[in-house]
Amino acid sequence: MDKNKQVILALVGVVVLYIILKALIMTGVLGPYWQIILNYALIYVIGGLGLSIIYGFTGQFSLGHAAFVGIGAYSAGLFAITFSHYGAWGSLGSLVVGIVCAGVVGYLIGVPILRLKSDYLGIATLGFNFIVYDGLQNSDKLFPAMGGAQGMTGVPQFQTFEWYFVAAVLVVILARNFVFSTHGRACTAIRENETAANVVGVSPARTKIMAFTIGCALAGLAGALYCHNYPYLNPDSFSFLESINYLIVVVLGGLGSLAGTVITAVGWAFLLELLRLVLGPFYAFRGVIYALILIVVIIVRSQGIFGGMEAPFLVPQIGRRKPRAIVGS
Amino acid sequence: MPLLEVKNLGINFGGLRAVNKFDLDIERGEIVAIIGPNGAGKTTVFNMLSGYYTPTDGTITFKGKPLNGLQPFQIAQHGIARTFQNIRLFPQISVLDNVRIGLHPRAGYSLVDSILRTPRFRAKEAELTDRALDLLATFGLEDKANIKASSLPYGAQRRLEIARAQAVQPDLLLLDEPAAGMNPSEVQQMVELVRFVKEKFNLTVLLIEHQMGLVMNLCERLVVMDFGEIIACGLPQEVRDNPKVLEAYLGRGAVT
Amino acid sequence: MAIFIQQIVNGLQLGLVYALIALGYTMVYGIIKLINFAHGDVFMVGAFVGFFGYTVTKLPWPVALVIAMVTCAAIGVLNERLVYRPLRYAAKISALISAIGASFFLEYFCSLNFIFGPNYISVTLPLKVITWIIDGVRITNVQVIILVTVVVFLTLLQLLIFRTKLGAAMRTVSFDHDAARLMGVDVDKTISFTFAVGSGLAGIGGVLFGFAYPEIWTFLGVMTGLKAFIAAVLGGIGLIPGAVLGALIMGQVEIMTAAYVSSQARDAVAFAILIIVLLIRPSGILGRNEPEKI
Repeated sequence: MDKNKQVILALVGVVVLYIILKALIMTGVLGPYWQIILNYALIYVIGGLGLSIIYGFTGQFSLGHAAFVGIGAYSAGLFAITFSHYGAWGSLGSLVVGIVCAGVVGYLIGVPILRLKSDYLGIATLGFNFIVYDGLQNSDKLFPAMGGAQGMTGVPQFQTFEWYFVAAVLVVILARNFVFSTHGRACTAIRENETAANVVGVSPARTKIMAFTIGCALAGLAGALYCHNYPYLNPDSFSFLESINYLIVVVLGGLGSLAGTVITAVGWAFLLELLRLVLGPFYAFRGVIYALILIVVIIVRSQGIFGGMEAPFLVPQIGRRKPRAIVGS
Repeated sequence: MPLLEVKNLGINFGGLRAVNKFDLDIERGEIVAIIGPNGAGKTTVFNMLSGYYTPTDGTITFKGKPLNGLQPFQIAQHGIARTFQNIRLFPQISVLDNVRIGLHPRAGYSLVDSILRTPRFRAKEAELTDRALDLLATFGLEDKANIKASSLPYGAQRRLEIARAQAVQPDLLLLDEPAAGMNPSEVQQMVELVRFVKEKFNLTVLLIEHQMGLVMNLCERLVVMDFGEIIACGLPQEVRDNPKVLEAYLGRGAVT
Repeated sequence: MAIFIQQIVNGLQLGLVYALIALGYTMVYGIIKLINFAHGDVFMVGAFVGFFGYTVTKLPWPVALVIAMVTCAAIGVLNERLVYRPLRYAAKISALISAIGASFFLEYFCSLNFIFGPNYISVTLPLKVITWIIDGVRITNVQVIILVTVVVFLTLLQLLIFRTKLGAAMRTVSFDHDAARLMGVDVDKTISFTFAVGSGLAGIGGVLFGFAYPEIWTFLGVMTGLKAFIAAVLGGIGLIPGAVLGALIMGQVEIMTAAYVSSQARDAVAFAILIIVLLIRPSGILGRNEPEKI
């Protein structure tokens, strides 16, 4: 199919999706409770794409992604509380603050830590997650507004679905533009074979730090949106278990598949709630079933549900502009 | 001035002297081979030339500039490209992208350009893709551009690795056993390919090889290593008749 | 001074328990390069089985200890068979995800009301605690029991690995699966056996944990297991002496931080030390950093 047609179809698809969701909200099929879950799923998409860039595309194992979501959430929350009298501008500014804070911390941590490889990198990022978690638990000693273990309240809320939807669509586009560029290809090269990438002129250190910073900045955006979706911020929402959830989303979605990450993020966010609905009186079995689903899915599709696949409209067209050069002349 | 000047190169691993007093000058346009028994230190020399190992002593000068202390990717950008004994492609991505990655340092557009898809991105990316496709065409791989590198047959993978090295636009190409695991007719094709590439891109080639057919056929000059040192060098004929070389290959006492 | 020595003793007690768990992580990592995420939960099962053994069924505690050990060994083997083996030749990350699944399964399954239930349980000790005070430092018979048990089982483990055929098989498999197979080693059996030994040790660790810190619940294995794992990495994962060394350091760091810095910062400090050690020695304290062969 012609590429332009595909892009137009994709745009139409996004609009149609928006209209359907909006209609469901307006008619009350998706009540306020489900709306928050839907927002949460979109937040997951954004954070998940961040980890997808770090791990799925660049191969840098991070078990501490939630720490950056937490940094984004708390910094954005503090900003939004402080500048709440600016209304929507304060909230919009808080998104920028969340992105910048998580991105800067990601960069500063990434520089030393990304020298580590595979499991060791995972463990170091996990350690960082614990340090951030303990820091948030005791944050009230420095900034009473952050609430420490009691949690932070008072962040202006906006559960307007449009914010989350637009943010998620923008992030998908930006991530796609990044991945299908020379910078994204450099990341993939590092994942595939660092030695070979190095020898064809790709700086491993620079590329990894770039990917890590971008991924953490997206985590920061996810966190910033999170703090406006839930009236109560608690360090537990950013513990290493949450990092595991992000990892699950990226791996189950299929490493190196943007569409896989997006679909799995939405699915994973809704799964627990659906289990709640379906199980009813057997609700206590929720965790067991969740665990079994995880095990069965990964055994059946060990390369991830959408491993090696990509939504066609995300892939740019490759073709020659000028006619083929004459060889050997 | 020689293109590459290596003086008194040496490296220790722990207590082991892996390469010792290695000297080599290569002029522009030469094809030189390093031969020698397994474990003689040939690949170690390559790894020092391409920046993977830091020499314990000695100097490497390339186009009049010292390379000591540079990272592999910087050396690549200076104009030295290499291939590996055990092929190292980017297996899960397309043949085209393997080559496009080699063009990364010269892509000419920034991160912001790519995220915002600016006109500069579009222009430079199209140019880059054209160049990559040209390279693939040169190496007879254009029709395979969109398949995964790992699904290429063995010989084609070797070719792709050289094509990717060419994307770096090197002056000096290091080939580590380019004909390893090939049958005689494939070896002959490889000889022709190396010769063709050298002419087309005006290259200088340094290669490691065990297939004497290829070496004798292709190279103007040989360097023979054993136990980390150069034991002989010169024209193929001279080297072949050198008793020290026979000894290194056949064992002590075989010659006397 | 007495207080400081007291802290060292306390740290040693914690470190010894960590050591028993860390061994299982390190053995499994050594043999199949997998972070066995469910290992901490196997340890938790050990704590519960031991506790029910000497309270509900009123068995003498050493018998309960053995039962916990055997139960955990069985769970470890079963876990390997059902959850890890199907993914042995898949990407490592897939096996890690299924290990995470196994971990969640054990936690939530054991939290069901008809298993162990979701609440904290206070452990009633099966023996009378005797306290000796030497120069102001309190040492209990529980601590002595922990020390003796750990030393005994460490010795047995060393004998097993270096003096028996099975141990030789384990060392061979951890070196190279294919080479081991060519040499006639039953790789599957050896891996199962490694899981059995590692999980059995975690079971003992669970029972001893119950003695030392008499409050247990079904999510006990998450943090304790994680710290034991971190300890194994700190020492150099895949190395048995590394696991013990890392565990002892971890115990001291935690107790000392709690005593002299802040009890809330004990995890943060432990992990900060881990990160710093890894940056200086990327393969842990005893681990050797081998450059990639090109």
